[in-house]
Amino acid sequence: MTNFLVDGKPCSAKPDENLLQACLAAGLDLPYFCWHPSLGSVGACRQCAVKQYANEDDKTGHMVMACMTPVTEGARYALADPQAVEFRASVIEWLMINHPHDCPVCEEGGECHLQDMTMMTGHAYRIYRFTKRTHRNQNLGPFIKHEMNRCIACYRCTRFYRDYAGGRDLDVFAAHDHVYFGRHEDGTLENEFSGNLVEICPTGVFTDKTFSARYARKWDMRGAPSVCTGCGLGCNITVNERAGEVRRIVNRYNGSVNGYFLCDRGRFGYGFVNAPERIRTPLMRGTDGKQTAVSRGDAVAHFAALLSAGGRIIGIGSPRASLESNFALRTLVGAANFYPGFSTHEGRLLSLIADILSSGAVHVPSLRDVEQADTALVLGSDLPNAAPRAALALRQAVRGAALALAAKANIPHWQDGGVRTVAGEALSPLFVATPAATRLDDIAHTALRAAPADIARLGFAVAACIDSTAPEVAGLPADVAAQASMIADALLAAERPLIASGVEAGEESIIQAAANIAFALRARGKPVALMLNVPECNSLGLALMTNGQAAFPAALAEPASLVIVLENDLYRRADNTLLDAALAATHLVVLDHSESPTTRCAGLVLPAASFAETGGTLVSSEGRAQRFYQPIFTETDVSAAWRWLGAAGSTAGNHDCAGWATEDDIVAALAHALPRFSALPSAAPPENFRNAGCKISSEPHRFSGRTAMHADRNVREPKPPVSADSPFSTTMEGYYGKIPPALIPFFWAPGWNSVQSVNKFQSEIGGALEGGDPGVRLLETRTEAALPYYAAIPKAFASRHGIWQAVMLPRVFGDDEQSARAAPIRDRTAAPALALNAEDAALIGAAAGQWLACALDGETLRLALEIHPELPRGVAGLTGLAAKAFALPSWVRLTLAGPGAS
Amino acid sequence: MEKPLTALIQPDGIPLDLNGYEQAGGYQALRKALTMTPEAIIGEVSRSKLRGRGGGGFPTGRKWDAVPRGADTPRQRYLVVNADEMEPGSFKDRLLLEQTPHQMIESVIISAFAIQASIAYIFVRAEYVLAINRLTRAAAQAEANGYAGANILGSGFALAIHVHASGGRYICGESSALLTALEGRRPIPRARPPRSASNGLWGKPSVVNNVETLCNVPHIITHGADWFLSLSHSTDGGTKLYGMSGRVKRPGLWELPLGTPLNEIIEDHAGGMQEGYKCRAVLPGGASSAFIMAADFNVAMDFTSVPKVGSALGTGNILALDDRRCPVGMLRSLEHFFAQESCGWCTPCRDGLPWVERILTAIEAGEGRPEDLDTLARHTIFLGSDFTFCDLAPGAMQPLASGLKHFRAEFEQHINEKCCPWHDSAGGWA
Repeated sequence: MTNFLVDGKPCSAKPDENLLQACLAAGLDLPYFCWHPSLGSVGACRQCAVKQYANEDDKTGHMVMACMTPVTEGARYALADPQAVEFRASVIEWLMINHPHDCPVCEEGGECHLQDMTMMTGHAYRIYRFTKRTHRNQNLGPFIKHEMNRCIACYRCTRFYRDYAGGRDLDVFAAHDHVYFGRHEDGTLENEFSGNLVEICPTGVFTDKTFSARYARKWDMRGAPSVCTGCGLGCNITVNERAGEVRRIVNRYNGSVNGYFLCDRGRFGYGFVNAPERIRTPLMRGTDGKQTAVSRGDAVAHFAALLSAGGRIIGIGSPRASLESNFALRTLVGAANFYPGFSTHEGRLLSLIADILSSGAVHVPSLRDVEQADTALVLGSDLPNAAPRAALALRQAVRGAALALAAKANIPHWQDGGVRTVAGEALSPLFVATPAATRLDDIAHTALRAAPADIARLGFAVAACIDSTAPEVAGLPADVAAQASMIADALLAAERPLIASGVEAGEESIIQAAANIAFALRARGKPVALMLNVPECNSLGLALMTNGQAAFPAALAEPASLVIVLENDLYRRADNTLLDAALAATHLVVLDHSESPTTRCAGLVLPAASFAETGGTLVSSEGRAQRFYQPIFTETDVSAAWRWLGAAGSTAGNHDCAGWATEDDIVAALAHALPRFSALPSAAPPENFRNAGCKISSEPHRFSGRTAMHADRNVREPKPPVSADSPFSTTMEGYYGKIPPALIPFFWAPGWNSVQSVNKFQSEIGGALEGGDPGVRLLETRTEAALPYYAAIPKAFASRHGIWQAVMLPRVFGDDEQSARAAPIRDRTAAPALALNAEDAALIGAAAGQWLACALDGETLRLALEIHPELPRGVAGLTGLAAKAFALPSWVRLTLAGPGAS
Repeated sequence: MEKPLTALIQPDGIPLDLNGYEQAGGYQALRKALTMTPEAIIGEVSRSKLRGRGGGGFPTGRKWDAVPRGADTPRQRYLVVNADEMEPGSFKDRLLLEQTPHQMIESVIISAFAIQASIAYIFVRAEYVLAINRLTRAAAQAEANGYAGANILGSGFALAIHVHASGGRYICGESSALLTALEGRRPIPRARPPRSASNGLWGKPSVVNNVETLCNVPHIITHGADWFLSLSHSTDGGTKLYGMSGRVKRPGLWELPLGTPLNEIIEDHAGGMQEGYKCRAVLPGGASSAFIMAADFNVAMDFTSVPKVGSALGTGNILALDDRRCPVGMLRSLEHFFAQESCGWCTPCRDGLPWVERILTAIEAGEGRPEDLDTLARHTIFLGSDFTFCDLAPGAMQPLASGLKHFRAEFEQHINEKCCPWHDSAGGWA
């Protein structure tokens, strides 16, 4: 540690830390704008000025910017120096020259870093008397509002968007006090991380347009720690609620997972919670064939009667439902009758992934680990579309080479300008092998394009190059062999190599090849990490729970008297004709939160809670079990699926279901039943956790309108709801002090009203939260654990005359079933399309934009042709067809579709 | 009196072509330099006490010596000529670029050899179209005749010379912003460390030198450091291109020994003030230097003497303030330039300079308030070195700070009388 003096008081910091970070870590309030823990220091805003003294005798000192100053042993600094104090107030005064002071109508108001810093410096009195410059704002699309007059030109937006997230369509224009941060012309911000501008911007230039539609002040909303359901990565989010609606999603810092940033799918895809197609009462099909609302009691009684009627009862679980609900269904129908709600093919892939990851044979990386990788291979996965936050982590990983170069030149890693000057375009090696172009290609050392089978063969060949005992690939062309050997050499030269693949690669062989590479590196003594991405928020949890069990389509092939479907639209997962037949021949009970083709088939539909009306536990692709909490408490029939299942089960006399009062009870039962989940109870504090005898308040202390907001229904103040499953009080009453990290409902600290207050909750700035990052990892490496090499190497891809191998090309917006229901996400969703390379298109005489007919799952799809010159010959890429992914892999015949054909 | 820099300038304003330049002794210095070691050249330049002529006055030999040498250092090094002459009142580099393009090219080749750079950029102010054309042609001729390009004069040394026209902003003259601009990015000054010497253009060792500075190098090689020192009246070596503008009889540019007294330049070379005008003060080194008042006009114009009277040699191009020109108006005009040319990166410069300009405009228009002078004074400190990111704003504060000190009465008169006392006098900026 480095020891130094601030205003005469001894402080210490990690060696080489900058003074600003050191001061913030020491709990001192030093204002800043352009610095950000993830973006480093550039010294632009001049807000963090302090006096530095050369030695004991130096009485005058000189002004330095704390963010640009490495702390040195024995150094003396003064925050309280009168000139430094006056200068910092002057910086605010300059920033305020053109700032519109529209706080009352600004959506940043009350959680504005500029407000906080203004208060901190004490600048209060305006003497500037001339006109302010004004700007024209831009329409930046459905996610982000733009109000440039508020801009204080800290450059954080462009530094995040361009330097950190790799976006190209946001930049700074013009000069002097006319600098303008926007696009070259009006239009949607293209980068899938644009939503972070809302939090990166220290004031209200970029605000959340989806929030704007149903706006409330930060202090007027309940906060619930939650976990994003948009993909399998398990990014931590805070859900803000008021008056029974989700108002917005903001990032919830987790140093091991998402850090400071979310993707736009996760941030803006919450609209389905508030949507009209929500199911809010039980529905029973009457004799007229129509579903009509019934009472809660009637629904439970009917469900119990179906359970008691005997016959073959099967339960179909869900990769988007909590562990608790899945385990409740498993308990209700018995493990042998519980089937994971995956498509057959996806089930095979997930089963393979669960085998590999739970074997203990290889390290499963957190996103923080991904950021630390110094060489990475992405095998078959389009991560920017399938798991955007992981792609963002990889984008940081490749900066390792630049940081190493800078370190050699004695430039500290946080001195961003200096690092970029020294290292220029230096990137750590990243290899991407996918059928189609990805948005990681721009930072890839090599981006290879191949058909899935050839990607797998490349992977197997890399493994064989690394470890000669790994199976060889026969008949590999010389150029591919050379690529494999190059990649193998790079991985062997690395200190922290990373292999990434996932379900979206579409082929078991690719995942096996990725695993082989990881096994081979481990055999060579390398601390390798293997990231295998899964598509949904609890895919891995369900796969771990049902490992070895066939996916549901096999179960439906046999007649059943009752099928219970948990939070799942089976029509996205199996042959629709077969489903029609199977579901018509059985009693069908569906528990879900929104209408779907499956709920429309059901004899009984039970309104299950979405992630916003209950709590639960999800397992991310890292194998991290994380609890999410309930922000919405409304008096409807909506309740957690496990509660419906428990009520029906105990009514039907199933004693296993009788003892469930809270989530903790199911968690305990699950941890007991399946050793794999034994660590589950430590994912978060239990329901009976109390601090100073108090529950934790979920509403800020300034929450307003409590006695008025329901007055249209009843002028008496209603009794506040009770959160049955969590240690939260549902109101502002409760504990506000130090809160366990898994339970932080909002980041807020005295003097720090904005999201920047997160630095008050971290054990070190930019590191883990105080008390440890939330969640518990279920998958850890064991030294003795090993798996044999996979040896089923596929044959080389050969294009076939007249038919094409269809592969799914994932899309960040629209592929995920639930977020696709949100209007702003729909706005960003492109129409389904079919991609071919130019030669293949010429072969069938089709031009870009022309309609092609493509038979898939017994249905002829009419798709517009896109030319992707990089696609391998013989491969057809399908986009925007996630609901048809179950029908792949398959070979498709393509014909020109006449106008008007459907 | 020897005038090495300007000796070859032709009376008709048409520069010597390659033949003419060779016949006048051109490229002999290069032949000699190629027989020397780079260390010997750097040593000679260091001994000559050549200091930067762009305004900073940094010793050239020391700048070159800071470039990492040896087998384990990056092979790619760059020499960059800062020909982005945009300092208000300065026009000395333009003369050299337009009138002695081969001298520039030869200087570049020798200097690149000294630091073992294989690529040189001449970054020229966009408006210097004639200079760009002449330099481009001279560089092509030099390459065609074996002075540049591969294996120069059989020495094995290779150098590619690129003439690059600036996109046009004052900040591009700031050496690190210049490098960023050259890389095709927004011209924002760079944070130090790293120094350009070790990590400059595209992160590689680079030297950025002013035009006039480099044009001295061939002469130092030819005649030696002692000769160069003997040219000067000062402890630093060489001649200096002094220029003068304002209401003098003969505005112009002269090559004189470094350390020529200011009043000699004003009276003997510029011919004194026009009839009916008195010189109250000058900015001795362009718009970023502080006023020297008439009492100090006997100062020697060199790197050490000018600071003793509170200013700096700067570019050595003098702006005269006469007694019929409003000093507030002059400052307003200068600060308008600086406010407009701020790159917009750091807060004090971006938002402080426009405020300063607006206050000066208000004062000149008779709308000033007594407290405005406090605000201006505060800006002269808070827009100074250490407070801002680069030297643009501190430079802009030089004339303002000294103006507030020396012309306090005039400022107060504006505010008290609510009008400009010079309002009816012959306006305009000569």
